[in-house]
Amino acid sequence: MSTTATIKTKKEMNLWPLALFIGGGIIIALGATGSINKYIQTVIMFIGINVILSASLNVVNGYMGEFSCGHGGFMLVGAYVSSILSVLLFTNSKWLGHPILPPSTAVFLFPVIIIIGGLVAAVAGLLVAIPSFKTRDDYLAIITIAANFIFVSLVNNLEFVGGSRGFMGMKGTVFAMEDVFKAPYMLFWTLTFCSLAVFLIKRLMRSTFGKGISAIRYDEISAEIMSVNTNHMKLVAFMFSSGLAGIAGGLFAHVMGFINPASFSIMKSTEALVMVYLGGMGSLSGSVLSAIIFTILLEAMRPLQILKWVLIPLMLILLMQFRPEGLMGNKELTDKFPRLKRFFTRSSM
Amino acid sequence: MSFLKIDSLTHRFGGLTAVSDLNYELEEGGIYGLIGPNGAGKTTVFNLVSGFYNPSEGKIQYRGEELNGLPPHDIAARQIGRTFQNIRLWSEMTVLDNIKISQHYQLGYGLPGVIFKTKKYRDRERKIEAKAMELLEEFNLTDLACEYPKNLSYGVQRRVEIARALSLGPKLLMLDEPAAGLSTSDVVELIDYIRWVHENFKITIWMIEHQMQVIMTLCDRIKVIDFGKEIADGLPDEIRNNPQVIKAYLGDGEI
Repeated sequence: MSTTATIKTKKEMNLWPLALFIGGGIIIALGATGSINKYIQTVIMFIGINVILSASLNVVNGYMGEFSCGHGGFMLVGAYVSSILSVLLFTNSKWLGHPILPPSTAVFLFPVIIIIGGLVAAVAGLLVAIPSFKTRDDYLAIITIAANFIFVSLVNNLEFVGGSRGFMGMKGTVFAMEDVFKAPYMLFWTLTFCSLAVFLIKRLMRSTFGKGISAIRYDEISAEIMSVNTNHMKLVAFMFSSGLAGIAGGLFAHVMGFINPASFSIMKSTEALVMVYLGGMGSLSGSVLSAIIFTILLEAMRPLQILKWVLIPLMLILLMQFRPEGLMGNKELTDKFPRLKRFFTRSSM
Repeated sequence: MSFLKIDSLTHRFGGLTAVSDLNYELEEGGIYGLIGPNGAGKTTVFNLVSGFYNPSEGKIQYRGEELNGLPPHDIAARQIGRTFQNIRLWSEMTVLDNIKISQHYQLGYGLPGVIFKTKKYRDRERKIEAKAMELLEEFNLTDLACEYPKNLSYGVQRRVEIARALSLGPKLLMLDEPAAGLSTSDVVELIDYIRWVHENFKITIWMIEHQMQVIMTLCDRIKVIDFGKEIADGLPDEIRNNPQVIKAYLGDGEI
């Protein structure tokens, strides 16, 4: 490989944001005109949410090499925070009373409440980030499971958000937005946040700052000796990852219109883990691809009913047998197909 | 004020005293050697200085600042670079990345800087890349910038590791057995390399080594320790003929 490839001074044309923009635009236009039905739209939204989930978990499990299996817990935090805000601010509910703000403002404020959900989830990420200073590997994995359980049990016992019966009313916000101007809002926002998340992760992992996270994976001791503040980087990685999971949770809540603690249990975390390992640890394109494939596969096998849960795990076992490093290993799409570089690469600046 | 001053340094692992009452003084610009039989506590001294362990007793002062209790990354940021006995490169990151990451303490931007690609971020990244490429050029590694260390030969890995430590911009470079695992011809090359690094980067070098050839040709001053205690300190010639050193290395029984 020539070194000139890495030290480009000239900025290359960056085609992928454009491609994304057009692709996303087409999907949204199709959704708006009703050319693709509600079911397909929902599947696309789930793909978007799952991409955020797996790509964000990949920051911790792939790039940093820790084993976090409590991702569902952070999703729960984001989902509940943004749902409560959404119901409190924009809708009329029997729990939280009249809307505080005029419902039409939801059009502008909807992304804000999703981001607030993400921020609170990032703070919740401290619950695993701080123990990670002292411990790692299996022990940290246990702590992350514990964190997941803490969030689920906490909400189970919070009566004012419905406890284990769940929480609803978020559809009201979506309807409030549609009253102002009819458009497939959720489709738009899931695709937007999904691209934004992937874009930010890519940006982070390309910077020297973010490479400090990968340095922890390959040798934590030499990272520390080479002036990487590993505690700080772990904090950043965990909070960043759980913040994005919170955003995924907020979107999930608004797509479903109903959430209960059980939907963010360890099962959800496992689903996220499967997507990460399916795609390959430390490969962003891998986790995006696997989230897409996994979601579509789950939907495609729906007619098989319960047999689906025999076939999908079986496929996972076979995949791990023949490709233990996941679909992409720790390579990116551009490493596998150098021709794609023309569309994806840009100078490292 | 001396460059690095170690005052009655003692370190215990449980009941075992690995380093006991060690005094050390390094002057800026020299090449210093620390030798001793296996298990003498040499690497422990290095680990204490680089902040891995917190000394049980004693003080470590570097350029007038006390290092005791500082975390390793903080000590590294005070410009102390080191290598390891068994090479510890990030084997699955490119050589260029290995070199770049060592400048982590000079980033000056955080997550917001990355997310919004601030001017500072772009400036710093450009500077880091330029400095890394310059280092690679000087170490004759430019062609290997995109290689992974795991694919390189042992000798080259050593060179990369020294380059990585220098990327930190250290004033003091600690080399822990740089010649370990090298062939005889590689050792001769290494001696030239270390001498070149010393002159070119104008730094103080402090090394642990078992190869007497390396120590005797390079060092201005040598300290010998055994069982954590100093047994000799002096110029290479004095050490070579010191009966106590010979005893420590060869034993005093009849052969």
